[in-house]
Amino acid sequence: MSRETSLVSADWVAQNLNNPAVVLIEVDEDTSLYEQGHIEGAITFHWRDDLQDGLIRDLISKEKFEALLSKNGIANDTTVVLYGGNNNWFATYAFWYFKIYGHGDVRLLDGGRKRWELDARPFVTAIPARTATRYVAKERDNSIRAYRDEVIAAIGKSNIVDVRSPAEFSGELAAPAHLPQESGQIKGHIPTAKNIPWSKAANEDGTFKSDAELKELYVGAGVDLAKDTIAYCRIGERSAFSWFVLHELLNVSNVKNYDGSWTEYGSLVGVPVALGA
Amino acid sequence: MRTCGATPGGPDLSGIDLTTQTVIQGVILRDGESDGVPNGTPVGNAYVRLLDFTGEFTAEVPTNADGQFRFFAAPGTWTLVVLASGAREERKVIATQGTPVDLVLQI
Repeated sequence: MSRETSLVSADWVAQNLNNPAVVLIEVDEDTSLYEQGHIEGAITFHWRDDLQDGLIRDLISKEKFEALLSKNGIANDTTVVLYGGNNNWFATYAFWYFKIYGHGDVRLLDGGRKRWELDARPFVTAIPARTATRYVAKERDNSIRAYRDEVIAAIGKSNIVDVRSPAEFSGELAAPAHLPQESGQIKGHIPTAKNIPWSKAANEDGTFKSDAELKELYVGAGVDLAKDTIAYCRIGERSAFSWFVLHELLNVSNVKNYDGSWTEYGSLVGVPVALGA
Repeated sequence: MRTCGATPGGPDLSGIDLTTQTVIQGVILRDGESDGVPNGTPVGNAYVRLLDFTGEFTAEVPTNADGQFRFFAAPGTWTLVVLASGAREERKVIATQGTPVDLVLQI
């Protein structure tokens, strides 16, 4: 993994719009964005309807993932390029998802929709017709996914990185500030977690900072990259962004995304919680 | 100059419980006529970033088709940064629970 294999620029996408080996997939939190306009040739995955089980809280099954990709004309050797709004939060979540199911060549558009829009590059509304394939996924790779028990076991031992905003980390806010504040979970953070907001890894235009800046961001905040690392946020999307930075851009192999995140941890009975900065 | 309080610019607040939510919202307009009144075109593809009192990023939203945005923050001092193609504006705001901050921002 490296910047060269996991990330593409807007120029690269513009040059590969008609490349049949490349499929662009937009994944947004605001799922109406795709209909309003998207990069030419892009399809869209709905973060909830397509990527959540719907009955239990979990990823969709291997069989459903295979059906989703087959229906959308994605083959095992397709170069999948993901992008989206919100600085690629949901696109990096989808990237992590493709890695969970072992897709070979998946990349992220640096800066996502925002960089594309700020560059005043064109969007279209035409929805491409794609020929179905027969996609075969691998068994889930749980080496990049953390579950609650290993998060609790990691307290005080491994790196735990809370990538939410400082206001959520300290317990002032319960959700990101573009969403209504919830009352279901208690507020706070996992004890011994370092608060390294996802946003510190990105430039204002949504592109990633340089590898040297990114490494300094985590090491400077006290993350020992030789140890195992678990990243979490509220529901696992922003931490997928930080997982992408560590695992893909900085090539740190022992990093997991805890997609249960604060909505799970903050609802558990009896687990330790810390407040304040 | 039209004041922000007299002409709220953000989305409709019905359905929002203002007794529990601290709302910062508004509308982004392109420069209007030369009288200084922000009556230009709504900017529907802008990004609004919310920074806390230390300048740390807290949240970001794209504007809707009417150029509007909304944050659910906490009481205190915040900074809004508006990004659009070819434009960048900052505005400091003080948010309180109960009374929404409603802005008209011109770029």
